[in-house]
Amino acid sequence: AENEPPSGMPCTQLLVSVATPGCDGFPSLDSNESYKLSVSEGSLLLNANAVWGALRGLETFSQLVARDENGTYYINMTEIVDFPRFPHRGLLLDTSRHYLPLRAILETLDVMAYNKFNVFHWHIVDDPSFPYESMTFPELSKQGAFNAMTHVYTASDVQMVIEYARLRGIRVIAEFDTPGHTLSWGPGAPGLLTPCYLDKNPSGTYGPINPILNSTYQFVSGLFKEVSSVFPDFFLHLGGDEVDFTCWKSNPHIRAFMKEMGFGDDYKKLESFYIQRLLDVVSSFGKGYIVWQEVFDNNVKVKPDTIIHVWKENSPPYAEEMANVTKVGYRALLSAPWYLNRISYGQDWMAAYQVEPLKFEGSLEQKDLVIGGEACMWGEYVDVTNLSPRLW
Amino acid sequence: RRAMTRAMGLLGLLLALFLVPAVLLSTGFRRGEPRTELPSEPAEWGPASDTVTEDSLWPLPQQLRTSSRQLQLVPGRFQLVHSAGSSAAGDCGLLLDAFRRYYGYMFGQSRRRKRGRGSHGAPAELPELSELHVVLQSPEPGCHVYPHLASNEAYLLTVAEPVAILKADEVWGALRGLETFSQLVHEDDYGTFLINESEIYDFPRFAHRGILLDTSRHYLPLKSILMNLDAMAFNKFNVLHWHIVDDQSFPYQSIYFPELSDKGAYSYNHIYTPADVRLVIEYARIRGIRVIPEFDTPGHTQSWGKGQKDLLTPCYNGEQPTGSFGPVNPILNTTYDFMTKFFKEISSVFPDAYIHLGGDEVNFDCWKSNPEVKQFMKKQGFGIDYAKLESYYIQKILDIVSSYNKGYIVWQEVFDNKAELKPDTVVEVWMGKNYAHELSRVTGAGFTAILAAPWYLDYISYGQDWKKYYSVEPLNFPGPEKHKKLLIGGEACLWGEFVDATNLTPRLWPRASAVGERLWSSRNVTNLQDAYERLTNHRCRMVRRGIAAEPLFVGYCPHEAR
Repeated sequence: AENEPPSGMPCTQLLVSVATPGCDGFPSLDSNESYKLSVSEGSLLLNANAVWGALRGLETFSQLVARDENGTYYINMTEIVDFPRFPHRGLLLDTSRHYLPLRAILETLDVMAYNKFNVFHWHIVDDPSFPYESMTFPELSKQGAFNAMTHVYTASDVQMVIEYARLRGIRVIAEFDTPGHTLSWGPGAPGLLTPCYLDKNPSGTYGPINPILNSTYQFVSGLFKEVSSVFPDFFLHLGGDEVDFTCWKSNPHIRAFMKEMGFGDDYKKLESFYIQRLLDVVSSFGKGYIVWQEVFDNNVKVKPDTIIHVWKENSPPYAEEMANVTKVGYRALLSAPWYLNRISYGQDWMAAYQVEPLKFEGSLEQKDLVIGGEACMWGEYVDVTNLSPRLW
Repeated sequence: RRAMTRAMGLLGLLLALFLVPAVLLSTGFRRGEPRTELPSEPAEWGPASDTVTEDSLWPLPQQLRTSSRQLQLVPGRFQLVHSAGSSAAGDCGLLLDAFRRYYGYMFGQSRRRKRGRGSHGAPAELPELSELHVVLQSPEPGCHVYPHLASNEAYLLTVAEPVAILKADEVWGALRGLETFSQLVHEDDYGTFLINESEIYDFPRFAHRGILLDTSRHYLPLKSILMNLDAMAFNKFNVLHWHIVDDQSFPYQSIYFPELSDKGAYSYNHIYTPADVRLVIEYARIRGIRVIPEFDTPGHTQSWGKGQKDLLTPCYNGEQPTGSFGPVNPILNTTYDFMTKFFKEISSVFPDAYIHLGGDEVNFDCWKSNPEVKQFMKKQGFGIDYAKLESYYIQKILDIVSSYNKGYIVWQEVFDNKAELKPDTVVEVWMGKNYAHELSRVTGAGFTAILAAPWYLDYISYGQDWKKYYSVEPLNFPGPEKHKKLLIGGEACLWGEFVDATNLTPRLWPRASAVGERLWSSRNVTNLQDAYERLTNHRCRMVRRGIAAEPLFVGYCPHEAR
């Protein structure tokens, strides 16, 4: 039936009704984002279980409002019942390969809200730079940022991001990726990284975090104690990907340690040794964790409520990895087919759209363990000049 | 004896006639005979022990020598001026505008204008460079005319205390030299502006260095086009190839045929008025950039049919018109009446000596389906060779455009399909497969060519693809030197299917910069490491000047984009 011209009384109020309190809390994995929207003659009603659902409903309502050729705003009579299929719908930004000014992050949070994303995965530090200003270890950003005065996130910047996100129903999950991807940590934390050797002598270059020193675990403890208190979300992302064993292998002290521990020649065991202790540290601060898939692939013993983040497209094919991870009973997050930094010519949004996250061999219980996914915008070729059009 | 004296007098007179101009020529500071080459190339151009490398010049000048000796510039006092001996008078608005622009680029909107010597951090011993003198030498330096293919863009820049001197025949060379000078000025950690003593002699390798923008697939707001012209000037590009209309929309507001844009533009808000067009042309002119419009026919014309009835060929299914249309209808007189009038307007609106007439990707299916067209083919004796019909059409358009004294550029199909082209036609080679051989064929047939094929920047891919554009060597095609001279340059093309003002600037820059250096600098400037260094610095400079050029790789700029 054709649209009838807007009738009589203009709608003057959208009544928003939220069942459970929670305006001042933070969103979580268990947050209820469902809502009902009812638009009929003389009444506009938005009902939600929690304030997070109200946010989602407001976004939908704003998308229903249209304007005709005469300039009149109108809305069609509508009934909507809505809730997310997956509770974890995330976006990863990388602020180490390129610093992103605060404004760019906040703008991204706005657009995430327009698209009902609810997790901001902040891959905040990595090899090239350390922009996070730590209170416990101020030298980390002083020595590790691209420019310690201008290319850093102060404590107040971080709080701003967390609150801006909260108001939009978005969780902020910080990732401090170790033991690999840590070159920028070295200058501000002497002794933290493994010195690589050329034959008998240190070569001057450094590798992953040194897993054999007590000082390492003291440092890790100090840093994660701070991070656990700065970031209110229950989960922290601990990384654990792409650990290159070459440097460890070259270091005689490490080799000696391997022997002592009976790890043989299997450096995965050493990696596990580190990760285990890291996980214990983080647990002791009352946090849960997400880790990249290598942690699972390399048989690290993780707590049952660990979330495994599947990112590799091919080895093994991600559908297989999703099956393997959930078979053992871990929850899974999918990113592998959604590396948006890998641009190509044409309408590549279609390929991303056609991914079916539950398309893998497994039981219904397994599939229930898939809590969602994340679109990743790694920063090698991305900064504020091209972030928005590349992402949206 | 009286005869002898007279002869001596005459001799003296003759001698004077020779000597005086010779003296004038050698001082170089007087209006004299037009010079065809710049005076005394500096004596030694080899590496010297005290030279330093400039790490942010882009494109790299032909001949460059810098010393480690530094001079400082004080924003409050530094001036860019016309030299007394310059042939450009005080009314050379183009240069005055350039002086103001480049002052701004060099010193930013620096509030620290009045910095005297002896202020904290500025070493008092550093000599001060107080002025840049600009000397134009041709009696007609070009202040009030449009740039063209044969414009002289060479310049000689000498940076030494107390004043730097920028010499060029024409104003176009001065513009290029100002850009280079602004790239030599850098700020140290104390905020002092420094420049190294240097001598640069520079000129472009290729005369046609263009960027293609497509405003039909997506409308580009004026601001976007103007910003792009700024970026082009930073990279010494000198041609804007404005692919203004196409199938999808007709944003060009025609004076004779207003219905074309009334019916063919995306909306009334997606139009270029005559004032808009004039603004683009003038904004380009004062940056030394030619604007070559492309009105592509007979294909790529769907949007023309909306406002011009009976221009396009009606397609048929058997005996019945299907309701859809194909290329411009080549068999009707009305078509040529329209084109005559239309191109009369275009020839007067766009001052460049060339118009791009398109001629690419003509799909013959619709023509083949139309009974009248089929009949015409028979009558003309074209058999079933529709390329002949296409050439028949193109021929007539070329003749129309010639009658308005314009030269034309066409896409390669026009040449490939054997239309009869005037000898000064420029053929643009765009098809990726085997473009080297196409260049041989085109130049072998005696036509001028421009190369676009390897530089379709709309074909994005992951990673540092600027390297692939940089590594193209345009003259790598079989043929004698005589033919290679006919390749006058190239164009980086940004087709608009997936591009509008939201992503144009980062998609075009700095990838197009790679093409810019390939077309300006010497053939042997090919080192990717060195290029990477200079280009990352140049990119940060573009960002600082307000161009949202994307990063090449991991890293940072001291002044990030806002």
